[in-house]
Amino acid sequence: MLIFSVFKTLTDQQVTVELKNDLSITGILKSVDQFLNIRLDNIKVLDEGRHPHMMAVKNCFIRGSVVRYVQLPSEHVDTQLLEDATRREALSQVKR
Amino acid sequence: MDPSATGIQEPFDLIRLSLSERVFVKLRGDREVTGILHAYDGHMNLILSDVEETIMIVDTENAPDGTVNVAKRKMEMLFVRGDGVILVSPPSRA
Repeated sequence: MLIFSVFKTLTDQQVTVELKNDLSITGILKSVDQFLNIRLDNIKVLDEGRHPHMMAVKNCFIRGSVVRYVQLPSEHVDTQLLEDATRREALSQVKR
Repeated sequence: MDPSATGIQEPFDLIRLSLSERVFVKLRGDREVTGILHAYDGHMNLILSDVEETIMIVDTENAPDGTVNVAKRKMEMLFVRGDGVILVSPPSRA
């Protein structure tokens, strides 16, 4: 739930999603859900020459399970807030 | 040692105590990353900053003895999906 919230705060920011098939897609994060499925607008595929079939695609929905990494804009991530929220969530998990 | 004294009772506590420290993460697909840990959850989804990724490429065709080529790259802030994580190792406290 914590990571879901992080992604929600990053909507309308530019992110780069690297998939498990090594395809990297940069785009504007439009929405995210609890499975970390991601919708990207205005996308650009890295190394377009290797993936010509993606050239016409302008926006997409990415199933959360095929994501390997997401590169985030570091200036929009409050690391101190993240660590505090993580400790709080870890604590509530232990108490159950 | 009394487990309550160290604050370690369950495996995830080791990761919790590594928050804001540099950790080593081994991933599926012969990948490793090191970075400063800022967040994690029960799936072992991670958020790291100042990340260096290392990809090991074993060249079996041209070098049957298994020469390993290493590719490295750096990223500022990275989310790592938990299903690719094999292990998380806290910083060595030398």
